Amino acid sequence: MSGALEVVACPMPISIQDLGRPGYRHLGVPLSGALDGLSLQLLNALAGNAVDAAVLEMRLVGPTLRAGTAVRVALAHATGSIERGGESKEMQSLPPWQTATLQAGDCLRIGQVSGGAAYLAVSGGFAVPMVLGSRSFYARAGIGASLGVGTKLPVTAQAPEGDERAVLPAPTFDNEDPLRVMPGPQAGHFTAAAFATLYGNSYRVGRAADRMGLRLEGPLLQHDPLRGADIASDAVTPGAIQVPGDGQPIVLLADGQTVGGYAKIATVISADLPRLGRLLPGDELRFAPVDAAAARAVRQATDAWLAAQIAAIRALPPAGGVDLLALYSQNLVDGVIHAH
Amino acid sequence: MAAPGAAPVKIVELGDAALTLEFGNRIDPVLHARVIAARDALPRLPGITDVVPTYRSLTVHFDPRRLAAEELSRHLLAAANAPQQSALAGCNAPNGVRRWRIPICCDGDCGPDLAAVATATGRAPEEVVAVLCGQPWRVFLIGFLPGFPYMGELPEWLRLPRLTTPRTAVPERSVAIAGAQCAIYPWQSPGGWHLLGRTPARLFNANDSDQPALLAPGDAVSFVAIERSEYDRLELAITSGEFSSRNFSV
Repeated sequence: MSGALEVVACPMPISIQDLGRPGYRHLGVPLSGALDGLSLQLLNALAGNAVDAAVLEMRLVGPTLRAGTAVRVALAHATGSIERGGESKEMQSLPPWQTATLQAGDCLRIGQVSGGAAYLAVSGGFAVPMVLGSRSFYARAGIGASLGVGTKLPVTAQAPEGDERAVLPAPTFDNEDPLRVMPGPQAGHFTAAAFATLYGNSYRVGRAADRMGLRLEGPLLQHDPLRGADIASDAVTPGAIQVPGDGQPIVLLADGQTVGGYAKIATVISADLPRLGRLLPGDELRFAPVDAAAARAVRQATDAWLAAQIAAIRALPPAGGVDLLALYSQNLVDGVIHAH
Repeated sequence: MAAPGAAPVKIVELGDAALTLEFGNRIDPVLHARVIAARDALPRLPGITDVVPTYRSLTVHFDPRRLAAEELSRHLLAAANAPQQSALAGCNAPNGVRRWRIPICCDGDCGPDLAAVATATGRAPEEVVAVLCGQPWRVFLIGFLPGFPYMGELPEWLRLPRLTTPRTAVPERSVAIAGAQCAIYPWQSPGGWHLLGRTPARLFNANDSDQPALLAPGDAVSFVAIERSEYDRLELAITSGEFSSRNFSV
C-alpha cells in the first residue's frame, strides 16, 4: 500500500535527503545528503527504518503536513503538534525522538526547529524516486524532487499494527568543543600566523549560510604573500575550509561544489560534519587541529556512540502510559533506561 | 616509472576521508595527461567512493571505516608512476581520446558577448568564432555544476578576465570563455564568463545513471558553427527526445 503526506504549509525550503549521492563527483555532482547524517541515521533507527532511508530536512521553521494514510512519524531537533482529524480535533504534542502514528486526515504542524537542520522520518522512508543512486534533492541542478505547498510526499509503508511507540532518551548533540580539523591540503598557502589565528579565535556563522556552505566572520586569515589565495582548481569536499582573497573563511557543506579554486587551510573531519551542519547564522564556533590518527579515533568513538544510542531505543506501552511518555520527553527516566 | 624529468608527486590530506595526489600546481596539458593515466591505473579498492581528476591532481574520496589512508596512499603512488598510454594520454576510448563535434550557434542573442570580446581583443567577431571552432579543446575537468566542462587552453590573445559584474542568469547551454578556459553551462546559473555562443547539446541527464554527463575529463571537444535555423531544429529534436546528444561523438 502506498499513501502520501501532503505539504499544507511550508514557510521555509524543505528537502528530502538521505546519506547522499556518492560516485558522481567526477561529473560535478555534489555529494548532497543530510547536513546532519548522524541525526538522520538515529532517527531512521527509531522509526524502524534502514539507517540510510530518505527523510525530510528542515531549517529554521518546519512545514505543516496532512496524512493521506496512516503513517508512523518521528522528529529530530524539532517538536511537532498533531491535530487529529475527524470530529475530535484533539491536539497532541510530538516531542523529538519518539514516534507517533498519524491517521488519515491528521495534521502534523512543525514550528520553529532547533539548530540548522531538523528531520522528520516516516516508517518505510519517503518513497520519492531514486536519481543517480540517491533520493537527496540537489536544488542547483534540479536533481530529485522539489517540494512546496501541495506536494504529496509518497510514503511506502503502512503504519505498523497497534499503537506501540518507540522512544529514545533525548540524545545530547550540542557541545561547545572546537570542531576538529586536519590542516591542508593547501597549508603551504598560509602563514604560521594564519593557523594561530584559526585555532586561537572563535568565528561566527555569517548570514550567507545554506546547504552549500557557511561563510564565517572573524579575524582574517593571511595567505603567504608568495602563494596567494588562488590555486589551479582541485577537488573539495564537505568540511573543506576555503579562504578567498579577502581572508574570510568559507566552510563547505553537503551541497558544496566538487572543485574549487581557493586555497584550503584545513578540513573539518568527517565525524564533526553533523555538528557543522546544525549551525545557524550567528552561531559561534572554534577550530582545533588533529592528525589522521586522532581523526580515526573520533570516527570510531562517534560510530560507537551511534550504536549505543540505537541500542537504547525502547518501546513504550500503549496509550495510558501517558505519564511515562511525559517522563521520557523530559528525560527524567534516563537512568532507568540505561539500567535496563 | 614517471617520465624522465617529471616533477615529483605529492599526496596531501583533504580531511580524513579524501586524499589528493598532486602532480603540480598549474594548468598544464602534460600534468593533466599524467592525472588521467593515474586515474585509469588506480585499482577500484573497496571503500573508494569517488575519483575526481582535475587539471593537475587526482582526489580519491573514501570511507575511512573501509579503507585505511595508508593503503590508499600506496596505491596512489603506484598509479602516479603508471605508464601513459600515448603522448596525449586521456584514454577514455579504447582507441585513444574520445572526440566530440559539438554544434554551436554564435548569432545574435546566442552569443551576447561576442561583439564585446571582439572589441576587447581587437579582432573581428568572425575571427573569434574561427578560433573557437578551429581546434579541439581538451576537457580538463568537470565541476562547478554537474556536467560543466572546463576546457582549454585558449590562445594568449583571447584570454580575458571575467566580467566585473557576473550575470545573475547565464542561459543554459551557453558556450563561454574566461582566462585560458572555455566551458559550456549545462544549466541556467549565475556566471561571470563571456558568452560567445550556445549549443543545442544536452550536457547532463540525471535520469541516465550510466552516463549522466555527456563529457568526461580527457575528452577532446571541437565546436562546429551552425546557423540559427539549424540550432532551433537541433534544440527541438533534442528536447523532444528525438535526437540524442551522444550522436555528437565522432
